[in-house]
Amino acid sequence: MKAKLFDYVERHNVIYDLSGVTKLFCFLLLTAAVMFSYDIRAIAVIMVLSLVFLRMSQIQFRQIKLMLLYVLIFLLLNFVLTFVFSPTYGTEIYGTKHVLFPIAGRYVITSEQMLYQVTKTLKYASVVPLGIIFFLSTNPSELAASINRAGVSYKAAFAFSLTLRYFPDLIRDYQDISAAQQCRGLDLSKKEKLGRRLKNILNITIPLIFSTLDRIETISNTMDLRGFGKEKKRTWYAAKPMKGNDIFALGLSLVLFLGTLAVSFFVNHDKFWNPFI
Amino acid sequence: MESNRKPVIEFRDFSFQYFSQAEPTLHDINLTIYEGEKVLVVGPSGSGKSTLGNCINGLIPFSYPGEIEGSLTVCGIETKKSSIFALSQHVGTVLQDPDGQFIGLSVGEDIAFALENECVKQGEMKEIVRKTAAMVNMDSLLNASPFELSGGQKQRVSFAGVMVHEVEALLFDEPLANLDPATGKTAIELIDQIYQDYHKTVVIIEHRLEDVLHRRIDRVIVMSEGRIVADLSPDVLMAADILKTLGIREPLYVTALKYAGVPVTEALRAGRIDTLDVAAVQNAICAWDAAQPELEKRPANESILEAAGLSYRYVEQRPILKNLNFSIEAGEMVSLVGTNGAGKSTLAKVITGICKDPEGNLRFHGEPMDSWTIHERSGKIGYVMQNPNQMICKSMIYDEVALGLKLRGMSEEEIRPRVDKALKICGLSPFRKWPISALSFGQKKRVTIASVLVLEPELIILDEPTAGQDYRHYTEIMEFLRSLNASGTTILLITHDMHLMLEYTPHAIVLHAGEILHDGTAVRALTSDEIAYKASLKVTSLYELATRAGIWDCEAFVQHFIDYERSTAR
Repeated sequence: MKAKLFDYVERHNVIYDLSGVTKLFCFLLLTAAVMFSYDIRAIAVIMVLSLVFLRMSQIQFRQIKLMLLYVLIFLLLNFVLTFVFSPTYGTEIYGTKHVLFPIAGRYVITSEQMLYQVTKTLKYASVVPLGIIFFLSTNPSELAASINRAGVSYKAAFAFSLTLRYFPDLIRDYQDISAAQQCRGLDLSKKEKLGRRLKNILNITIPLIFSTLDRIETISNTMDLRGFGKEKKRTWYAAKPMKGNDIFALGLSLVLFLGTLAVSFFVNHDKFWNPFI
Repeated sequence: MESNRKPVIEFRDFSFQYFSQAEPTLHDINLTIYEGEKVLVVGPSGSGKSTLGNCINGLIPFSYPGEIEGSLTVCGIETKKSSIFALSQHVGTVLQDPDGQFIGLSVGEDIAFALENECVKQGEMKEIVRKTAAMVNMDSLLNASPFELSGGQKQRVSFAGVMVHEVEALLFDEPLANLDPATGKTAIELIDQIYQDYHKTVVIIEHRLEDVLHRRIDRVIVMSEGRIVADLSPDVLMAADILKTLGIREPLYVTALKYAGVPVTEALRAGRIDTLDVAAVQNAICAWDAAQPELEKRPANESILEAAGLSYRYVEQRPILKNLNFSIEAGEMVSLVGTNGAGKSTLAKVITGICKDPEGNLRFHGEPMDSWTIHERSGKIGYVMQNPNQMICKSMIYDEVALGLKLRGMSEEEIRPRVDKALKICGLSPFRKWPISALSFGQKKRVTIASVLVLEPELIILDEPTAGQDYRHYTEIMEFLRSLNASGTTILLITHDMHLMLEYTPHAIVLHAGEILHDGTAVRALTSDEIAYKASLKVTSLYELATRAGIWDCEAFVQHFIDYERSTAR
């Protein structure tokens, strides 16, 4: 059985060949930039770039189809709900009111509200391709190394790697246990009432915990015997060394980050870009 | 002469007691293992052999605390004053579970693990990993993930993982426990190759004596109840006749020699079948074989489970089971064997209804089972998993056994007599009010069998019922299953264990790549090179003995051995 937590496919292109640390930092920098700024121009630049990067990474559409669908639903819901709960927030921020058309009572569609909501939606939307790139184009083996180099202690970072390693085993154990319990008459199908079903699932969880504890003992003994935790630092077999492209990518992200800040501080003198005054 | 050699591991009046236990686990151990020796430590479960190993690698006292008396030095280092890390530079330990100890996400990473922990630079590390992987022939698979590897390959990786250091000694803790016979044989050959090529001191802890003796061993240390009771060369050990009383299985060919009335002496060199002086015993064996009566075949019974053209595939995948045709008679005890991935567990899942809608026909007492739900099947066919910890979900024995009936909505008055009956059959009546945590592995196994028996199935499928058990517990579990079988329950055993096949199941179904390779006697499966090879089994040493003694019908010889053992030895 080839169950894996991430559907990592080995490829070689500019994005895949970047070091995991680079991708992590670029992701963090660009995310911070779009999260800080409410200037649709800056956000649009990053949005377009992140789509270009996604394209460059050659990640297939079918790999991310489901994830994109969820994101789309979330964004749509968020857009509608923002309007339902605070239809006048845009006018409060920008201090003007250009009515496009009224609906009913305080529900009036204004240019200000639309600008605010479109900006906010773009903010979320531009982060998604960046996140996808980081998680899908980084070899799972390298993730722990990247997290460690980003300043997280190596023990915590390695726990992440162990999770990736043993999660599929856990799923297989769960399936086996569930099969055996069903053979004893445990009903997990939808025919059973929800309350009973939850109770039945508990009957699987207990053996799962015990067999997992057995596994943990082996793992921790192995790690002890092979010197885990001996030194304050550790090196990583799977870490990718930094190359010219990494420096360039980090530089680009830093420029975009600082540029966004600069636009807010020196051009707009505010987090918000206000075209209405 | 001995004093010239350099001791690598030296126990002096050594005793150890776990803090969690009332009695010491090791008593007065005096043992010296010299540089370049290859030593086997055998003993039944609970004899302290694993504890002995854990003392050598430092897990004791650093991970499992306890009180040490006396002294243990490893490469001149007093272990209790050292650390696991320091000791791991001298002794490389391979634990018994090749899957559990594979911590990396790829082969290269797993081998590199110890180097990473020592902050070895990446370039140097990759070089060492490549070289070490080549020692165990895994260098072409450095990027493979553990999910793509077989058990034997994972074990090779764990060998390499401890050999990245220039260790003086290698310690193997039950290296055969999770492997099929053919892979186990390869593992023993690989250990021997490492021993010869790299001149390491090797300590193997294992209770499967015959399998380890496939290759040369210098000394066998026999342990029982925390003490060393023998320290002999294999040839002397076979002559000493102490194994059976200690609950360790002696090699089958040695047992055969004894049945044939041959006095086993050191001069026979019976330590390994390769060195056995066959010429000296040939006449006795042939005479014994000729004197054995041919037993009549049991009359055929009505079929309980019958498959016709049975195929199964998971969604959009190549078929796992291809056009299976077989029949199991009511009252039979059958083994289902084959390599990992041959389709054994899928077949069990199809029979129990977990895998739904196979192609072809499956009949129970002649009745088609197609429309039966898992629930309906569970009243007729029971399924017992390999690891009891994966089945037990209640804390009290009574509740665990009663669970299946409670789930069927039966009243307490109906449940009680049925649970009592199941507990009685399984010899668990005295424990009915006990918590399960107080039971041994074998007893837990019985609880899981009782919890399936209580549903009164006519057929029970057991997955590896004796995995990881020593000879005594193995016999206990198997004799219990035999008595269950004698009282009318049909039993289907999924197993790798050749002794089990040979001794307990006259009928064996061998699967290979989803097809039936052999459906006939177990003796046949274990005396045919072709079947054994494809199914990752080993031909039994009895077959080898018979061949070398010049017996022409080896299959009959093996059958005679089993019949004889059944009629006289028990």
